[in-house]
Amino acid sequence: MAQPANVRGMPPTSPLSVSGIHLSYGDVRAVDGVSFDVAEGEFFGILGPNGAGKTTTLEIAEGLREPDSGSVRLLGEPPWPRNLALLPRIGVQLQASAFFDKLTAREQLETFGALYGVTAARVDEVLELVGLTDKAATPEAKLSGGQRQRLSIACALVHDPDIVFLDEPTAALDPQARRNLWDVLREVQARGKTIVYTTHYLDEAEILCDRVAIMDDGRILAMDAPARLVRDLDAATRVILERGALPAEQARALPGADQVAEDELSLTISTRSPAPLLSALAERGTLDGLQVRTATLEDVFLELTGREYRA
Amino acid sequence: MTLIETPRERTAARPASSTAFLALSKAGFLGFVRDKATLFFTFLFPMMFLVIFGLLFGNEGASGTSIGIVGDGPVISALERSEAVEPTRLDSAEAAREQVRDGDLPAYVEQNGDTITLRFAASDRTQAGLVNGLVAGVVNQANIAATGQAPRFTLDAAQVEDESLKPIQYLTPGIMSWAISISAVFGAALTFVNWRKKQVLRRLRLAPVRPMTVLGSRLLVALGVAVLQFIVFVGVAMLPVFGLRLSGQWWLAIPLLLLGTLSFFAIGMLVGAFCKTEEAASGVANLITLPMAFLSGALLPLDAIPQWLQNVSLVFPMRHLNEGMLDVMVRDQGIGALLLPAVVLLGFTAVVGLIAARVFRWEA
Repeated sequence: MAQPANVRGMPPTSPLSVSGIHLSYGDVRAVDGVSFDVAEGEFFGILGPNGAGKTTTLEIAEGLREPDSGSVRLLGEPPWPRNLALLPRIGVQLQASAFFDKLTAREQLETFGALYGVTAARVDEVLELVGLTDKAATPEAKLSGGQRQRLSIACALVHDPDIVFLDEPTAALDPQARRNLWDVLREVQARGKTIVYTTHYLDEAEILCDRVAIMDDGRILAMDAPARLVRDLDAATRVILERGALPAEQARALPGADQVAEDELSLTISTRSPAPLLSALAERGTLDGLQVRTATLEDVFLELTGREYRA
Repeated sequence: MTLIETPRERTAARPASSTAFLALSKAGFLGFVRDKATLFFTFLFPMMFLVIFGLLFGNEGASGTSIGIVGDGPVISALERSEAVEPTRLDSAEAAREQVRDGDLPAYVEQNGDTITLRFAASDRTQAGLVNGLVAGVVNQANIAATGQAPRFTLDAAQVEDESLKPIQYLTPGIMSWAISISAVFGAALTFVNWRKKQVLRRLRLAPVRPMTVLGSRLLVALGVAVLQFIVFVGVAMLPVFGLRLSGQWWLAIPLLLLGTLSFFAIGMLVGAFCKTEEAASGVANLITLPMAFLSGALLPLDAIPQWLQNVSLVFPMRHLNEGMLDVMVRDQGIGALLLPAVVLLGFTAVVGLIAARVFRWEA
């Protein structure tokens, strides 16, 4: 995945710049002081549990809602109020499947494409990009959940926008369909698009995103590259062996072993220096069934909020 | 990626709104013709009413009142010749009496020399009155004939309408007005509720398309459907079974019909703006179209309802649409008959459409 240039020192041409936005629904502060910049070509993820304020943040960035305070620059222009000159340059996939009744996959794309004045050749190209060429004549209502999401993304990309907003594109998909969609999203990024997407799957964001903002209760708790967030957590690496592969006392004596725990199935060794520990285990020939677990974004969330992550 | 615009991006930035308009209209028509339930309620459902009413009232007047006849004489022969009577010959007064008592015949007439006996079933007052008057008339004529004098007064009775005028002439414009109101009100209301729920409206808001383009494409679909309904209904009603005969300037009904569709579409927009679910929208649409059809004389003759309700119905666009269509399609009137209905329908559309535009919401 290409590391975007200038992630930290933002150039003035940042495709999306959000600063200090607030939005309340009655007493509920849906978005409570959110600021972030997205670099050109970057895959930016907004993560958090349901109700964290991800979708509202996205809606303000797209220009669907006006924030109570704060400002947004999208491709250098304010997206609110509705800016007809800006709209052809942004692509949006919404949470609901926004399709016309009774049309085939191809007709849906042609209709959305016509709103932007795109040609039929482009429609074929986008169908191919999302892997729906053989489903072109299938009515949208007969597509599977994953195919429908891919069609929805195709409709967001049909006019070749500079920046794409995707709101929970992988929600409610089975694991295989999610992985198919990841390939599509990577392909979109490879074509130089800036992608802003929301998800409540932290594992997915860790794999896909160049940078993530972790949201909870309308605020951004942390924002960085997923690997850097995890590294900064400075959490122990856990090395897991089958129970009985090594007696617990011997494990405690190994170089780098900080803590050893045993349950019915496995023996878990926590370490902050996994290299000497792993080579010691290799010398003993006890690598069978060995697993190494490093911290994940879920551990980061736990550290930041003091509670387990529940999507 | 570069910020320099390629030629393709420039065209994408300024899509012709006619392209968008045509694409949205096409999507709307495809959605219409592929939806079996919509097709049923647009064509078959009103057609069922046309067929039922048409067959029910179609032969009325052609067949006379049936009367049992017993015996012979000038009165019996006159009854047999009369077009208003469908005589059934019976062997004896006893048998005839039995049939009348059982309700198989409304009455019987027996001539025995100079004595005419009429016996009728009082349970059906309308028929009894009719039969009494009929037979009394025939007996009086026979009496005059018996005096050998020429009648002093002659009666010339005829209907004011064209000789061909049958109930189908009234039924077709009325049921068509009703059918058009169903398709336009439901079509507009359900589209906007469904589009709001499925976030199609939100998606369109994020595309470079003007609200008038979106609205205009739906309106074009509604107008197209109305014209299709006109063709189908008139076509079916003109089949020999129903026997509709159009008067000279029947085609004047088409512009009127389009104006009517506009006002029904405005009602549908208003319903669509207020309702959150499709179920609620179709309930409200029914609540508007059905009473409107009954009170506007589209399904029942206007004389069947009290005068004050007839006055109330003047606020409904269907009342004016129905009157105008009757005038030009079967009453043989010209363009002058369109003026008042057209003005009322346009005014109605403007007022309701303006309200609908004010309360319109993009989001749920």
